[in-house]
Amino acid sequence: MLPAHLRSLAKAGSEVMLEIDGPVTQRSVLDALEEQYPMLRGTIRDQVTGKRRAFVRFFACAEDLSHESPDSALPEPVATGAEPFLVIGAIAGG
Amino acid sequence: MSSVRVLAGTRKGAFILTSDGKREKWDVSGPHFGGWEIYHMKGSPADPNRIYASQCSGWFGQLIQRSNDGGKTWEPVGNKFTYDGVPGTHQWYDGTAHPWEFKRVWHLEPSLADPDTVYAGVEDAALFRSADGGQTWQEVAGLRGHGSGPRWQPGAGGMCLHTILLDPHDPARIFIAISAAGAFRTDDAGVTWKPINRGLKSQYIPDPEAEVGHCVHRIAMHRSKPNRLYMQKHWDVMRSDDSGDSWQEVSGNLPTDFGFVIDVHAHEPNTIYVVPIKSDSEHYPMEGKLRVYRSRTGGDEWEALSDGLPQSDCYVNVLRDAMAVDSMDSCGIYFGTTGGQIYASADSGDTWSAIVRDLPAVLSVEVQTLP
Repeated sequence: MLPAHLRSLAKAGSEVMLEIDGPVTQRSVLDALEEQYPMLRGTIRDQVTGKRRAFVRFFACAEDLSHESPDSALPEPVATGAEPFLVIGAIAGG
Repeated sequence: MSSVRVLAGTRKGAFILTSDGKREKWDVSGPHFGGWEIYHMKGSPADPNRIYASQCSGWFGQLIQRSNDGGKTWEPVGNKFTYDGVPGTHQWYDGTAHPWEFKRVWHLEPSLADPDTVYAGVEDAALFRSADGGQTWQEVAGLRGHGSGPRWQPGAGGMCLHTILLDPHDPARIFIAISAAGAFRTDDAGVTWKPINRGLKSQYIPDPEAEVGHCVHRIAMHRSKPNRLYMQKHWDVMRSDDSGDSWQEVSGNLPTDFGFVIDVHAHEPNTIYVVPIKSDSEHYPMEGKLRVYRSRTGGDEWEALSDGLPQSDCYVNVLRDAMAVDSMDSCGIYFGTTGGQIYASADSGDTWSAIVRDLPAVLSVEVQTLP
């Protein structure tokens, strides 16, 4: 699930379905997302370091996964598509 | 009949205003990229329908947008700005060493001849170039290779490369300015650069006449006389008649010589415009009166232009990239304010009116004169 500004940039709906071969991790999800929507490169994580942007957080299954390793497995319901992986823009500023 | 297109970047999106040559009625389109900061938009002199825009946000970083139809439709292009080699350090506000970090693109300057070639001035200060319509960007590394980078420091707005002037008579010559490092020039298409700050005096740095460290706010040039440059510095309005090798102060009778914008009349290389701002801690016009000052003598002698501008209770600012001129027979002057107005004069500044008001704070204004 994408924040509004990234939805309009990608011309996508609020929820994007991704096919992922292999382990479902933050990295593999974002790799697949950027492959499908190249205009999102650099908007969620740094293009060189791969580091999550400071005002972006990752939530799933009522948990904040922002500080988990990008290569840790995401919860099973996310991998099966039952629950969304949420990319959230911080509630901050005007 | 010719027409005019005004490209306005604001804190919350881009707006495009169009009018016929009379410049009396304006159509406003936008916001484009609503909610995003648009630091700058500029059209290619070689193909006016090619426009580049710098789109950014504190949340999602930097994007570059490109239009091939005069701003009706846009496509995101490359946004990977990677410094060449080890970026090194510059001075932080407290004087300590701070690593170079890319933050945003302040200014886009399309080539005079090739619509696919465009320069980007970025924060932390560096110059980038794309030769493929903005798809990929390479640093023009000779600028930071000059070696004075460790002595550069950010102004209040950040350490930004905000001015890029391409010499129309010499494709190898480029002028740039950085706040707060100063002005630099290359004569070999960017391979080597030299600081061009002799004559600048800045009391806010330890050596007021240092080679670098000056807070240059804006430089302007007339295309028929590229050896003459005009500068609005943090304080002081300056002029150079030798391509920046030396500068002299031309603040003359200005009520205050602090300000951000400076521009040159399209047909009169000695006619220049500034918007005096009260001080570096009070970023608004003096006495609540918004006045443009014009000199027809290349500086020193200035006249206030106020007809049509608010003359009471006006406390807006005019940011460094927010003034531009058209090249109609009767030269049009345009500027945008942090209060969201864009004021225009179709008679070289004698009379003014707001062509739009109540936009988000205006960050930049560019004008295209179309056939």
